[in-house]
Amino acid sequence: MKSQRSLEVGTGLFVLLGFAALFFLTTQLPGSGLSFGQEAGYRVTARFENVGDLKVGSPVSMSGVRVGEVESIRFDPNDYRAVVQLHIAQEFNQIPEDSDASIQTQGLLGGKYVGIGPGGSDIYLEEGSEIEFTQSAIVLESLVNKFFANFASKGSEEP
Amino acid sequence: MIDSALSRIGRVGLFLVRVLSNIPAIFEQPRAVVHQIYNSGGRSLIIIMLCGLFVGMVLGLQGYDLLQRFGSEDALGIAAALGLLKELGPVVTALLFAGRAGTALTSEIGLMRATDQLTAMEMMAVDPVRQVVLPRFIGGIIALPLLVAIFNIVGLFGAQLIGVQLMGVDAGAFWSQTQQAVELDDVAEGIVKSLAFGLVCSLVAVYEGYHAEPTAAGVGLATTRTVVVSSVLTLLVDYMLTAAFLGA
Repeated sequence: MKSQRSLEVGTGLFVLLGFAALFFLTTQLPGSGLSFGQEAGYRVTARFENVGDLKVGSPVSMSGVRVGEVESIRFDPNDYRAVVQLHIAQEFNQIPEDSDASIQTQGLLGGKYVGIGPGGSDIYLEEGSEIEFTQSAIVLESLVNKFFANFASKGSEEP
Repeated sequence: MIDSALSRIGRVGLFLVRVLSNIPAIFEQPRAVVHQIYNSGGRSLIIIMLCGLFVGMVLGLQGYDLLQRFGSEDALGIAAALGLLKELGPVVTALLFAGRAGTALTSEIGLMRATDQLTAMEMMAVDPVRQVVLPRFIGGIIALPLLVAIFNIVGLFGAQLIGVQLMGVDAGAFWSQTQQAVELDDVAEGIVKSLAFGLVCSLVAVYEGYHAEPTAAGVGLATTRTVVVSSVLTLLVDYMLTAAFLGA
């Protein structure tokens, strides 16, 4: 009977370990994974001409410090711009209202993130406010194209 | 040749239907299922964790070597996590499972067949499929996805060990890039694959055991076939599932 008991304990341990591993994989590993209850914070929106490959769950950072994440990205058919909703943690509730948001890249091949540069206003962003000043993602290909177009036109001017 | 192959596939299919039609019976014998989860899962745990660690460490080394050529060694976490979650975790675990647990199942059932225990059950009007095969089949299907999850975690730890501790990749970049790149769909793909492999490996193991020739050589042959057929089928199903997931 004792061996039966230790067998059941062993199985229980194994199943528990397995489910703990599954839980970690589904909730912790994906940035946009299942999460139970969101940490306290507030939402602000920003409109961009082009969000590049920004994804839901991408970080929002100020001076390189993560302050929140992208909660949703949708397209506004009225002004043909992307509306990005940002979720910012409660502890960072003193971001000036006239701050600017830009979409930047981590490293050369890294993912996109939203960087917030502080403004100078005394009024702070709060739930539902919108960041007015935005700068779109820099698309590397169009930059390269522009460079080569410039290069070519300069080349043709010279005799 | 083709004729016998076809009838073999047919027999496996019929056997699966027979096992599945007995499924309600597992609620009458939950202890037997627990026992089998321990047999195929708990006993494979050490080898799975050991192999997971080594696979993760190799991924760390190879991934680092490849990525540092492009100056993007920060992406090591992504490479390791996606590689483990989507392919290496389910496939390597299934292959090890076939070798560790599948062979044990086949030889156990085959020996029951060879020593006429299964026939004796039939004589007592006890269905051996319900009593012997079903708990082992279900136990294997439950155990494999759990083993895969553990394999993935340990593998990720191994990749982190090499990448961050040994090669000096920044720990923050390693985890944050991983979290950004991995999506719930990737995890789900791994879980679907591990369920499919669990079904394939368990079915092959119990089928080969149940239909083993009732001789010493027959049981040995059936055990070998379990490893071969499970491995080939696992890789075949893996290809089909990968194609399906990429197409979706």
